[in-house]
Amino acid sequence: MTAPPRRRIDKLGALLSAASAAALLLLPFVVFKANRILPGDPHSLLEVLPPWGAAGCLATLGFAAAVALSARGARLRFAAALLGLLAVALAVAAAANALTPPGDKVVRVAPGGAFWLLLVCLLLMATDAITRMRPGPAQRVLLLALFFVIAGTALAHGTFDNLSVMREYAVNAARFAREARQHVYLALGSLGAAVVVALPIGILCHRVPRVRSAILGALNVIETIPAIALFGILMAPLAALAAALPWATRLGISGIGAAPAAVALFLYALLPIVANTVVGLRRVSRAAVEAARGMGMTPWQVLTRIELVLALPVILTGIRVVLVQNIGMVTIAALIGGGGLGTFVFQGIGQTAIDLVLLGAIPIIVLAFSAAVLLDALVEVTDRAQA
Amino acid sequence: MIRIDDLTKQYDATAVVDHVSFTVERNSITVIVGTSGSGKSTLLRMINRLVEPSSGRVLLEGSDTRSEPAHLLRRRIGYVIQGHGLFPHRTVAENIATVPRLLKWDEARIRARVEELLNVFQLDPATYAQAFPHQLSGGQQQRVGVARALAAEPAVLLMDEPFGALDPIIRTKAQDDLLDIQHRFGTTIVLVTHDMDEAFRLGDRVAVMSQGRLLQYDRPVTLLTHPADPLVSRMTGVADRAMKLLSLTSAGEAALPGGAAEGLTVPASASLREVLSELLWRGATCAVVLGEDGTPCGQLTVAAILARGRP
Repeated sequence: MTAPPRRRIDKLGALLSAASAAALLLLPFVVFKANRILPGDPHSLLEVLPPWGAAGCLATLGFAAAVALSARGARLRFAAALLGLLAVALAVAAAANALTPPGDKVVRVAPGGAFWLLLVCLLLMATDAITRMRPGPAQRVLLLALFFVIAGTALAHGTFDNLSVMREYAVNAARFAREARQHVYLALGSLGAAVVVALPIGILCHRVPRVRSAILGALNVIETIPAIALFGILMAPLAALAAALPWATRLGISGIGAAPAAVALFLYALLPIVANTVVGLRRVSRAAVEAARGMGMTPWQVLTRIELVLALPVILTGIRVVLVQNIGMVTIAALIGGGGLGTFVFQGIGQTAIDLVLLGAIPIIVLAFSAAVLLDALVEVTDRAQA
Repeated sequence: MIRIDDLTKQYDATAVVDHVSFTVERNSITVIVGTSGSGKSTLLRMINRLVEPSSGRVLLEGSDTRSEPAHLLRRRIGYVIQGHGLFPHRTVAENIATVPRLLKWDEARIRARVEELLNVFQLDPATYAQAFPHQLSGGQQQRVGVARALAAEPAVLLMDEPFGALDPIIRTKAQDDLLDIQHRFGTTIVLVTHDMDEAFRLGDRVAVMSQGRLLQYDRPVTLLTHPADPLVSRMTGVADRAMKLLSLTSAGEAALPGGAAEGLTVPASASLREVLSELLWRGATCAVVLGEDGTPCGQLTVAAILARGRP
C-alpha cells in the first residue's frame, strides 16, 4: 500500500561532508614551524601519518560522512560525529608526535586549516544530533561531564603534549593556573555582586512603576558604553579613590588592574538581571499573589515563597546571559592589567604567536560553553518544577 | 458574627464605599451584589483588611479587626477569589496546606486535614493530592481554591466572585456544593457577585450595593416584595419577579394538606417555580408533594402556587 519512503540525502550532512572533503584536499592538516614565530610548512594528513594511521582516520571520517549523509537516527549520528572527533584529535596528536624530533622543545606543530574545519563540521554534526535527541537537563550536564572526563584524561596523559598549544602551556603552566583562577573570580565575583544589587532594584522597579523607566533607562545607557571606554571612565575615579584612601589601595583598588574590570563587569551585569527580574515578577499570576496575601502571608513571605520562586526561571535566564557575557568580557580586562586568560590572548597577538592566543581563547570558549549548558539546565529544572 | 460599622473607603475625593453598615449573622450566607464599580469587592476586602478602611470599623465576634496585625487576622478568615489563585508551583496538597503551615500545625494534623478536605470536595487524594493545579479542570481548581480557604477551619469565609470563571453547568454544581459545605461546617460566608440569580440562590441575606452605597440589606423575598429603592427592583428584575419569588419557596413549605393518592408527584425540595413548570408541561393542575422519605406530605394546586407569586 504505502511506498517505502525514498531515501533522502540529509542537507546539513551533505554540506558538512563536502566542506570536510574540500578541507582535507585543499588545506594543510598541520603546520610545522621551526620555532614559534616563524611561518610554517603545511602538511597534509597523508604526508604526516603512517599509511595505516591515515587509512584508519580517513575510514572513520568516511563512515561519519556516510552517516551524516543518509542516517536518520540521532543517536547514530551523534556516535558517528563523536568517533570522527576522536579520530581527528588522535590524528593531530600523532602528527605532532611524528613531526617533532625526540627531545626537541623549539619546533612547533600547530593544527592547520583542515583540522579546524573538520573540528567545526564534526561539532556541528554532534550538536545537531544532540538537539534532535532532545536530552533532558540532567543528560546534558552528564554529556558535559563526559566531555571533561575525556578531555581531562587526554591532557593528563600527555596525548597532545607535542602540539603547539600544549607547548605554550608547558612554558606557562604556573601562570596559566593563576590567570584561569583570576578569570573565573572576576566573572563570578562581578556576577555575584550584580545579583545582590540587581535583585532588590528589580523588585523595586516592579513595585514602583514610576521609577522603572528611569532605572532601566540609566542601565541601558551603561550597556551602550563600549567596554574599553568604560574602563577608561572608571580609571580616574578609582585612581582618585585609591589616592584618597590608603586602605582602598590595600584592598587592591587602583585606577588600572582588576578593580576597574570588576566594576565594569558589575555595571554591565545589572541591566540583564534587573530587566529579567522585572519581567519575571510581572508574569507571576496576580491572582496567586492576591490569594497569598489574602491567606495571611506576610509581605516577605509573599515575595520569597511566591513571587521570587515563580519568577526564578526568568531571573536565572538573565543570570545565564550575564555569566556567559562576563566570561567573554573578562578577556578584555587583560588590556588594563586585570589579568585573566585574556592575558595570553593579547600577549599572543603582540608576539604574533597564534598558539599563545589559542592557549587563552580555547579555555575561555570551554568556560563560556560550560556555563551556558549548566545554567540552561538549571533554568529548565526550575521552569519544569512549576510547569 | 461580623458587624460592619459605618465603613468608608475613599480614593482621593471619590468614596468607593460610602458609610456602609450591616451585620452578618453567624452560620449564614450573606451575598453582596452590585454592578461593577459598586464597591462590593472593596467592601469585602476591607473585612480581611486587604484594603484598609478610610473610616469606620469591622467587628469580628465583637472585637475590632484592627486589634491584631493584618496577616494574623487573615489567617483566621478564609478567602477565595475569582480564578482561584492557586500557586502553580505547589501541588494540590501543598496548596491546601498553606494556612495550616503558616499557623505551624504539626504535619500529621495537616495531612489528615488535607485528606479530609479532598474527600469532602470529591477529589480522590490518591489521584489529586500530588497533582499540580494546571493538571486539574476548571471546576476542580475552583474546589481546591475553596478547600484551601477552609483548611485552617476558619469561622468566616470571604468569597470574591468565586464562580465567575466557571461555565453555567459547573457553576450550578459548585453553588450546590457550597450550600452543602456551609451546612456541614457551619461557616459564616460572605460572598460577592454581580449575578442576582446567584445571590438569590445562595444568600440567606443579600446586600445590594450601587455606587458605594448600600441600597438594601434583606432576605431575598423581601428584596422582591418590598424593594427599598427603585434601583433594587431594577436590579432584581421586574419582568420575571413573580417567577423569582416562586423559586425562593420550596414545595414542602407551600404544600397544602390532603391530596390524591395518585397523579403527578414532586419532591418537597423542588421550588414552586419548578413545580409550576412541571404542571404546565404535563397539562396537570395538581401535584402530590413527596417528603424526603418518599411518602406524600401534601399537595399543590396551580391556584395555590399562583397565590404565592405575588407579594
